Amino acid sequence: MGGFDLSLLSQPTLSHYLVLGAILFAISVIGIFLNRRNVIIMLMAIELMLLAVNLNFIAFSYYLDDTAGQIFVFFILTVAAAESAIGLAILVLLFRSVGSIDVEDLRTLRG
Amino acid sequence: MTAQTVIFYAFAAILVFAALRVITSRNPVHSALWLVLSFFSSAGVWMLLHAEFLAIALVLVYVGAVMVLFLFVVMMLDVNFDKMREGFRGYIPVGATVGLLILVEMALVLIGGYLPAGATPSPGQTGPGYSNTSALGRQIYTDYAFPFEIAAVILLVAIIAAIALTHRTRRETKYQNPNEQVKVSRADRLRIIDMPLEKKE
Repeated sequence: MGGFDLSLLSQPTLSHYLVLGAILFAISVIGIFLNRRNVIIMLMAIELMLLAVNLNFIAFSYYLDDTAGQIFVFFILTVAAAESAIGLAILVLLFRSVGSIDVEDLRTLRG
Repeated sequence: MTAQTVIFYAFAAILVFAALRVITSRNPVHSALWLVLSFFSSAGVWMLLHAEFLAIALVLVYVGAVMVLFLFVVMMLDVNFDKMREGFRGYIPVGATVGLLILVEMALVLIGGYLPAGATPSPGQTGPGYSNTSALGRQIYTDYAFPFEIAAVILLVAIIAAIALTHRTRRETKYQNPNEQVKVSRADRLRIIDMPLEKKE
């Protein structure tokens, strides 16, 4: 293999999963920066962040042999589903009253 | 390279690509569909970590319910999404800088802490009769019974809040008003008119 060290590409270990979670988290942070006017994409980026965190929980749960992590992920999934349902309801309400979902147009609460 | 390794890298690559497409798609409907793909491949990664119940729950709850909700809302809103992408390129430098910083910091901590041989914990061995779902269920209904019920209440609150927020009372709907029905008196319903007798010719 031309002396290329393939040890990083070997059997996935705990840190492989954690780095995957970190990449996912960084992507969603970038997504919030890039789409900072579109509330829908921001909600999707938040879902991706929660997914990255859940991946970390499950990886630790597997490698430390403790199911508490998986139960926590179960609760995170519940709360995230509730959060996105209410968030989308607020979004629909916002669109009805303001006629736009652009973050730049949401300045009516400014004191 | 075992089959598990190949599967891990394939799912991880699809996951990262789909996540990138979620944040860069021009059309939010495409973003939602890429998000479905990333949830799906993430469920595959969870399967590799022996979290079968959560992997199936992710597909059922997220791909089946939450993403459908997202698609409904995206298609319901009549928004000019192109106008909203103005300045998209302007945010790339700062966004990429912050994202790369977060990534490098996390990777430094994680690789430094876990990659050296001996520092990596090895997964616990489970027997052939082990069921992830029943193990989780046993814990949820015993040790975590109260948090489980709180989660149920949170879902109820979410249902009521979502309905209360988006519900519109329509004027043309016909419904009874018991208050008025009870308060009605004889004078409201019955009118006695004085009518002279007509004589027979």
